[in-house]
Amino acid sequence: MNQALAKLSEDLWEGRDELEVLTFEIAGETFALEAFIVQEILDLLPETSVPGAKAFVGAVINFRGKVIPLADIRLAFGMEATKPTIDSRIIVIEIEIDGEPVLAGIRTDKVNEVTTLLQSASEPPPSVGMRWRPDFINCLVKRGSEFIIVPNLQVIFSARHERSATAPTHG
Amino acid sequence: MSFPDPIAVFRTEAAELLEQIEAGLLDLNVNLGDKDQVDAVFRGLHTLKGSGAMFGFEALAAFTHHCETAFDRVRKGEVPATHALVTAVLEAKDHMRALVETPAGDHEAVSEVLLANLRHAVDGSGDQAASSVSAAPAKTLFKIRFSLPQNAMANGTNPLPLLDELRDLGTCRIVADRSGIPALDELVPTDLHVSWDVELLTDQPRSAIDDVFIFVMDDMELAVEEIAVAAQMPTVAAPAPVATAASVAAEPVASATSTAAAAPAAPAPGDAKAAKANENVRVPAEKLDELMDRVGELVIAQSRLSQLAGGSGDLTLRAVSEDVERLSGELRDTMMVLRMVPVTHLFSRFRRLVHDLANETGKRIELVTEGETTEVDKSVIERLADPLVHLVRNSCDHGLETPEDRLAAGKTEAGHIHLSARQQAGEVIITIKDDGRGINKERVRAKAESSGLIAANASLTDQELYQLIFQPGFSTASQVTNLSGRGVGMDVVKRTIDALRGTINVVSRPGEGSEISLAIPLTLAIIDGLLVRVGNGRYVIPLSAVEECLELSIEEDMRSRGRSFISLRDSLVPFLRLRDLFRTNTTPDPFQKVVVISTGSERVGLVVDQIIGDHQTVIKGMSKLHHDVATFSGATILGDGDVALILDVGHLVAEGQQQEAHLRAAG
Repeated sequence: MNQALAKLSEDLWEGRDELEVLTFEIAGETFALEAFIVQEILDLLPETSVPGAKAFVGAVINFRGKVIPLADIRLAFGMEATKPTIDSRIIVIEIEIDGEPVLAGIRTDKVNEVTTLLQSASEPPPSVGMRWRPDFINCLVKRGSEFIIVPNLQVIFSARHERSATAPTHG
Repeated sequence: MSFPDPIAVFRTEAAELLEQIEAGLLDLNVNLGDKDQVDAVFRGLHTLKGSGAMFGFEALAAFTHHCETAFDRVRKGEVPATHALVTAVLEAKDHMRALVETPAGDHEAVSEVLLANLRHAVDGSGDQAASSVSAAPAKTLFKIRFSLPQNAMANGTNPLPLLDELRDLGTCRIVADRSGIPALDELVPTDLHVSWDVELLTDQPRSAIDDVFIFVMDDMELAVEEIAVAAQMPTVAAPAPVATAASVAAEPVASATSTAAAAPAAPAPGDAKAAKANENVRVPAEKLDELMDRVGELVIAQSRLSQLAGGSGDLTLRAVSEDVERLSGELRDTMMVLRMVPVTHLFSRFRRLVHDLANETGKRIELVTEGETTEVDKSVIERLADPLVHLVRNSCDHGLETPEDRLAAGKTEAGHIHLSARQQAGEVIITIKDDGRGINKERVRAKAESSGLIAANASLTDQELYQLIFQPGFSTASQVTNLSGRGVGMDVVKRTIDALRGTINVVSRPGEGSEISLAIPLTLAIIDGLLVRVGNGRYVIPLSAVEECLELSIEEDMRSRGRSFISLRDSLVPFLRLRDLFRTNTTPDPFQKVVVISTGSERVGLVVDQIIGDHQTVIKGMSKLHHDVATFSGATILGDGDVALILDVGHLVAEGQQQEAHLRAAG
């Protein structure tokens, strides 16, 4: 498991020392996604829920005439739901799933900035002492006193989730 | 705009040419005396050879050359067209396809075999004609005057090879007419100013001269005059060349001094007409899809505009909005037509298939096609090809009997397969009908029982029984042939037709044949839908599936707590409460509505909160992340920009049936 994770980490950095990312907040935690996969940042849009879908991608939105799924990372990480605020945004990303590009929106509480992460400050997710599924996380990058979480979207999007409610993973 | 790869363009062109050649050959096979088809095939081969050589497909050009030569001889009446020749060239045509697709591959051996076949087919029947060729036919002196348009060289026509080809025909005296050359300061170096006078003494007919100019015929001026028959053979050794000579002699007399533009030889008017009909622009299908998306978005934006305009008192705004509404509606209709292609293309390939199947099975099969002009969305056509191949194969292999059996049963020796297409409301119906032995119900039942598909002695309607043949792994053929009988195929048909939101209907009469009809929606891009509301969500039900809408009376509503049935004109219809299915967690509207939907013979009621109205729906596919949600076949964007999901009726009916089964078991 640890080896596999180390490999995933390497994949993310691909030998690079720095990574340009967009940071955002969900439920008080800071996350980061590589900037080049981000297509657009939107204000909240009317959502249409999809009955029977995985709760984590339980809705679709109209993104410029395309119908794209809206993902809620909180549910994947089993975090508490938060009410939408004036800062809430949707980040539209394009990632590859099974070799096909897929557009998806991610609901966030606040979008911070585009910044640079240093490979030297990154660590693979610890195998113990964490509430989240370790394979959902690419790496943790230390900045100041806090950690920025770089989620592994490929794994999150292709993982099997509970169909109904969130999967509680309190550890 | 990027320029497409010329090789790719050639391949597309070659594919079309090969199809034309095949169609010509198959027509010729029906009527061997058809001179037009011989010419058409020859022209196709000639063009293929020419453009093949131009794009560096040397092997293709060399190989095609032999077929062309063979057909040239048929054209000139030196050898008759025979079934053997047609078959040989059909096989050669397949090889040409391979040469087009993989020019680098190792084709030598195959080429040799096919050419040997071809030689055999030509010479085997043409001994007498061949001997007549050696008997030195008459030589004629032609006076030819031709000029090409000024921009000919800029367009890639080089007159020198044309002159060389004339030289190949016989003894030639060529004089260039330089009177058209302007003074040096007016001379445009890329223009062509020279015309030519040629005296040609040849044993070839006049049509050979026309052939030299076959590619430039439409634009050029050509005058051919027959001066004198220099040496007429006194003895009439063989009838064929004389007949040709006579017809050749007759032709130039009529058109002796007129230009070719006024009185062209036989192939020319056809060419001109074809050129006019084929003024097409090739557009990749994905560009059309893109355009379709844009038009879809426009329609959505337009309906938002009309909502705004309707809510305001501004009359000018309303007028503009109405204009936009009309325009975008027309645009959408035009767009739909763009995507429609006639089924001719699809049907034409079956002529070849049936021809081959007849040879393989030793049966005599006649294919009749009907309604080829029926138009269907291009993407539908593409996906229909495979299922139809399976169905036609199945009819040829299982349906039709051997000639002996047919005669014994009092039928004609040749079996008939009838392939037809017609449009009916929003659907196209494609029917494959044969006059064979029909589906053996007992064998289907026995097979289904032995493979556990149905319970022993289960009571099934004929239709239900026939549908069993579309189950995976099902085949009643006691003998597996390389055509069918392996039990793959029919389930592919079912799956594809389901994916196209179509239905299959089977009719069979023992001893008289069977008929399989596929009903497919005309387009995959837009459907007419019924917009309904369930809880806070809005959903679209494809209108083609909707039978009727009615109100769920309070008594029915209350009573149906225990059993989810309504009685509709004396029949029980199970219903599904979409509110429960979708877990809306809202209070139900006081008067619930039932939308009765059907697929084929099954009916299910869907209970909704509100029926909003009909809605032209531009279908958007569901994301990959939602591919596990079977209840919805897609989504659409409503006038206010919200997303509504489109219900997958087939899936809901299945769900309804399951529920019904549970209830039956419980009750």
